[in-house]
Amino acid sequence: MRFYRAFLMLLALSAVVPCAMASAMQPPSQSEFLPVEDIPPGEQIPAFTMVGAAYGFVWVALLGYVWSIASRLQEVESEITALESRGK
Amino acid sequence: MKKLNPLLIGLSAIMLGVSPWIINAAPYESTMGLVQKIFYFHFPSAILFLVAALICGVASAIFLFGKKASADGWAIAAAELGLVFGTLTLVTGPLWARKAWGVWWVWDPRLTSSLLLWMIFCAYLLLRKYGGPGSDKLGAGMALFGMANVPFIYVSVNVWRTLHPQTSVVPTLPTDMGIPLWFCFAAFTMLFMALLNLRARLEHQRARVEALYLAEDEA
Repeated sequence: MRFYRAFLMLLALSAVVPCAMASAMQPPSQSEFLPVEDIPPGEQIPAFTMVGAAYGFVWVALLGYVWSIASRLQEVESEITALESRGK
Repeated sequence: MKKLNPLLIGLSAIMLGVSPWIINAAPYESTMGLVQKIFYFHFPSAILFLVAALICGVASAIFLFGKKASADGWAIAAAELGLVFGTLTLVTGPLWARKAWGVWWVWDPRLTSSLLLWMIFCAYLLLRKYGGPGSDKLGAGMALFGMANVPFIYVSVNVWRTLHPQTSVVPTLPTDMGIPLWFCFAAFTMLFMALLNLRARLEHQRARVEALYLAEDEA
């Protein structure tokens, strides 16, 4: 019985102590949001990402469009060839 | 003209391939820094977007009032190119704005009227594809409305106070920023001319296919 009581006490302590320590380490909860004038460097968007995305998009879109026109033109011209050979 | 297209596409591909080195050599802008370099692709796309609207409008007017059927093919070609170059403008612009202004988009006259023109091109192409008989004349009217929007887009930054840079930034560019800009502009223009010609040929060949099917049905 004594052993059982001691075991329960230990179990309760092992649950409470880490909780108490964690709550002591936690920063106080935020009660209001305050705006900042100068954005810290770590939070700023890297310009290189934007420039890379813009140039990449232009390249991919233009290449895709050239390919699209070429394939559509090829399709129509082969249709014309087929129709003309059928008409002869 | 058929031989000119591969030449124009090849030359513009070489120029666009070389452009990152030329743009990299250009100096940084004093307030915006590196992100301002989007300008070298954004400006040519935006100008050709407006040029496409003008070509589409003029070709539609010739089709509507001059009764020239071939002009309609040029109008469709210009509208599709307008949509492509408009998309490039409306994607590169917000990427630049997010860094320079802190927002992706603002509803100022330049951006809003550009979006409106892009939507007109979308509507025009959807109408031509799914509109059925009579959509050619209705589309031509819509293209004239799109063309009327062009001067408004161009002067909007000078008339109203906006976040967008004014038109005066281009003529006042220093030489080391002007060279990469006009180099990219030449490359984009050559590509635009070749694509316009190819797209119009596609439309004229489609008309030929329809004529061949009609002739076959009659025979």
